[in-house]
Amino acid sequence: MIGIVDYKAGNLTSVARALRYLGKPCRISDDPEVLSQSSHIVFPGVGAAGEAIANLRQSGLDQWIPVWLEKGKPMLGICLGTQVIFEYSEENHTPCLGIVAGSVRRFPEDIEQDGLPLKIPHMGWNHVSFQKDHPVFQELPDGAEFYFVHSYYPSPADDRRVVGWTDYGIKFCAAVAFKNLVAVQFHPEKSGRPGLQILENFCRWGGKYVE
Amino acid sequence: MLSKRIIPCLDVRNGKLTKGIKFKGNVDIGDPVEAAREYYEQGADEIVFYDITASSDGRDIMIDVVRRVAETIFIPFSVGGGIRTVEDMRRVILAGAEKISINSEAVQNPPLIAEGARAFGSQCIVLGMDVKTVAPSAKTPSGYEMVIHGGRKFTGIDALWWAKEAENLGAGEICLNSIDADGTQEGYEIDLTHLISTNVRIPVIASGGAGKPEHLLDVLTRGRADAALIASMVHYRTYTIQDIKTYLDGQGVKMRMIW
Repeated sequence: MIGIVDYKAGNLTSVARALRYLGKPCRISDDPEVLSQSSHIVFPGVGAAGEAIANLRQSGLDQWIPVWLEKGKPMLGICLGTQVIFEYSEENHTPCLGIVAGSVRRFPEDIEQDGLPLKIPHMGWNHVSFQKDHPVFQELPDGAEFYFVHSYYPSPADDRRVVGWTDYGIKFCAAVAFKNLVAVQFHPEKSGRPGLQILENFCRWGGKYVE
Repeated sequence: MLSKRIIPCLDVRNGKLTKGIKFKGNVDIGDPVEAAREYYEQGADEIVFYDITASSDGRDIMIDVVRRVAETIFIPFSVGGGIRTVEDMRRVILAGAEKISINSEAVQNPPLIAEGARAFGSQCIVLGMDVKTVAPSAKTPSGYEMVIHGGRKFTGIDALWWAKEAENLGAGEICLNSIDADGTQEGYEIDLTHLISTNVRIPVIASGGAGKPEHLLDVLTRGRADAALIASMVHYRTYTIQDIKTYLDGQGVKMRMIW
């Protein structure tokens, strides 16, 4: 059973639908006891960091997530779920969970392309250049693109945590891996077949990753 | 870099496509779910559904369509038409749509944009704009006026002013439809698209007038659009989405070519 963490951060049903399409039983819950019975955890979310952290604290999930990771079981962060695992977000100066060293930053306002400032949010399909052999990012076709929608991006303190880079005026981290945790800024559940492949790979993954 | 998006638009009434869309073996398929699936397979980057149903029964059918689409395609899609309240938005989003598009409803009730953005995030709220060319005046200095109710009613609101206002209110994207070009298949309104796209910081989807791939090239380059909406040219099977993307890719427009 795949557990999907519900912390009132947007619509979680699209992740559940994609998993069901892949034939993976899943359950959306905000109850640490229920989630603890899962084989894998997906930590999705869209919205604002401040509200997300407040909701995680209220349900005790902020304490539970590190405990889950300590057990060595797989976890996949998506979008806001990825951002809140860092130490700090520039979005309303929000202290976050601090599971991965680094911060979450806003795209600079002054980056230009063809003489015009880049649009924010970064919304649409973009390429991710995967750097390392990670079990979750296997079997992806060359040139595959993924669906992004965000105004802030993760910036790990240690570049060794980055497994995927994307270019949007600046080069930013689109995928992070650390032990039994993988986390992506894009939406695999909305990225067509390559995105479904990542979800499929994640469901098969036992949580082992040696850098 | 970000790819430019190609977005087919499907008009739905009482749960059925309003135009027969001919696919495989020239059989008319009246089912929007089938059509969405076909475009997904052809490489659509996103899909727009426009619900032109008048009755509330029809709206329930639309929610069911949204649910079935969400179970079979895994790219973003938006739903517009008749969404008047945050509660209407919630139903559509919970059924699986990524975004909702509001048009006349937003002109008549601008706070709806802010309320929707607060409830679901700006990325969910697409402002649909129906625009007509007019003589520049004190009220409409840009020479473009907002029209509502499918182009039948002039509002006296300047289109450029409204685009900026909606961005400030929290719209995450603009779908810009030229009523003058709509249905002509003679090309997008390039000047209008350029004007709006270069004056807001949110993405702009150009709509109205697409008849051949060259039109998309024009609006995505000269017009500075971030995405292009298409309808007849793919519904009547003159082109597939793949044909269009292959052409644009060949012209140096960044396209998502693997799906």
